[in-house]
Amino acid sequence: MEYKMTLPITAEKAKTLEAGDYVYLTGELYVARDAAHKRLYELIAEGKELPIDLTDATIYYMGPSPAREGRPIGSAGPTTASRMDKYAPTLLDLGQKAMIGKGKRTKEVLDAIVRNDGVYFAAVGGAGALLSKCIVKSEIVCYEDLGAEAIRRITVEDFPVIVVADCKGNNLYAIAAEKYKK
Amino acid sequence: MIREIDTKEIAEAIKDMCIAVNYKLSPDMEEKLSTAKETEVAPLGKKIIGQLLENLEIAETEQIPICQDTGMAVVFLEVGQDVHFTGEPIEDAVNAGVRAGYEEGYLRKSVVGDPILRVNTKDNTPAVIHYSIVPGSNVKITVGPKGFGSENMSRVFMLKPADGIEGVKNAILTAVSDAGPNACPPMVIGVGVGGTFEKAAIMAKEALVKHPEEDRPQWTKDLEEEMLERINGLGIGPGGLGGSTTALAVNVRSFATHIAGLPVAVNICCHVNRHMERTI
Repeated sequence: MEYKMTLPITAEKAKTLEAGDYVYLTGELYVARDAAHKRLYELIAEGKELPIDLTDATIYYMGPSPAREGRPIGSAGPTTASRMDKYAPTLLDLGQKAMIGKGKRTKEVLDAIVRNDGVYFAAVGGAGALLSKCIVKSEIVCYEDLGAEAIRRITVEDFPVIVVADCKGNNLYAIAAEKYKK
Repeated sequence: MIREIDTKEIAEAIKDMCIAVNYKLSPDMEEKLSTAKETEVAPLGKKIIGQLLENLEIAETEQIPICQDTGMAVVFLEVGQDVHFTGEPIEDAVNAGVRAGYEEGYLRKSVVGDPILRVNTKDNTPAVIHYSIVPGSNVKITVGPKGFGSENMSRVFMLKPADGIEGVKNAILTAVSDAGPNACPPMVIGVGVGGTFEKAAIMAKEALVKHPEEDRPQWTKDLEEEMLERINGLGIGPGGLGGSTTALAVNVRSFATHIAGLPVAVNICCHVNRHMERTI
């Protein structure tokens, strides 16, 4: 299935998504990767308030290259999601609904997706120039000292992603390779 | 005859090369990707390869780096033994070139100064530099900025001599299978067989970024061919979403080794196998 979807992704919307679906996302989402996740996780452990609202949030695992003058962002493809596996279940339990990245996830993350009616999308790795064209606005929310790893809020238009893990427990990576194995 | 080379010249070349490789892929890689678009059997896989080709076009025409991970700079310097460097120390010159290239080229600064303390150096230095001394009076520079999505999936296997060529094949297939969707397939696989622990790893990197060695054993060529076919039979496909294009190339280098060992290094790279050579 190929269709368009508006952000935020709520539990209701997530329930309609199935592994293998090709979706064009439009709306606002957060960008965060390794160092920012570590900071969020530490704040949660200390019981402190977070700098972003996780309710129905979509987080894109990405660290862009610098923007040229007149452009919202530089090259902006997904980074490997498994490095966020340590933190993702906690964030999903606190309200985050969707993740965009690339690569395999642990069972803990896949379970948290099912438990919270969430979704894990893959964007095409290595297509950072193409994907940057779907980003129309970008602003740093916090952690500017982290450079490329700062948390950003971006606005996307028809940003192409593929559902890898849905809330029914399907995992496209596991099925797809089997299908084409010789 | 001793030839004097001001290291400023090296810095300038490295700056230019860091920028150039991040915006335009070498013709060999682009050609392999175009061929793969025709041969890929999965509809989604075909679509993804199409997007990667479109991505290359956008990168070049609109000056947006091919990938946001513009890499840690890996620099090979083959220095002629009749060369005498003048000016600032060669290591400083290499880093000055990287610093200028990543700043002027709008490239991402992805290097932390210490692996545990992890504070970004904000200028993408230091580079990883491999020096070798060769006959002559030229300096050959190879620049290959390496992204870490695929670097993280690379492996070194210390096999036993009894494992033989079958052991080498299994090592390669294991590394690629484990990498799966994480390494942004279609991948390029650099393999180093023999030497010592570190020699195997450096050969695997050389296999990715340098031209194939002209004079090398026939088995390395046979291995490349067989491995490419078997890797593409794994089904991982473009983006790891299934298909017949998991690797675009397998490049193998080998070296003498110890009577007790058979080191095998598998350095995985995505299709953005950035590499460029220049001789001064």
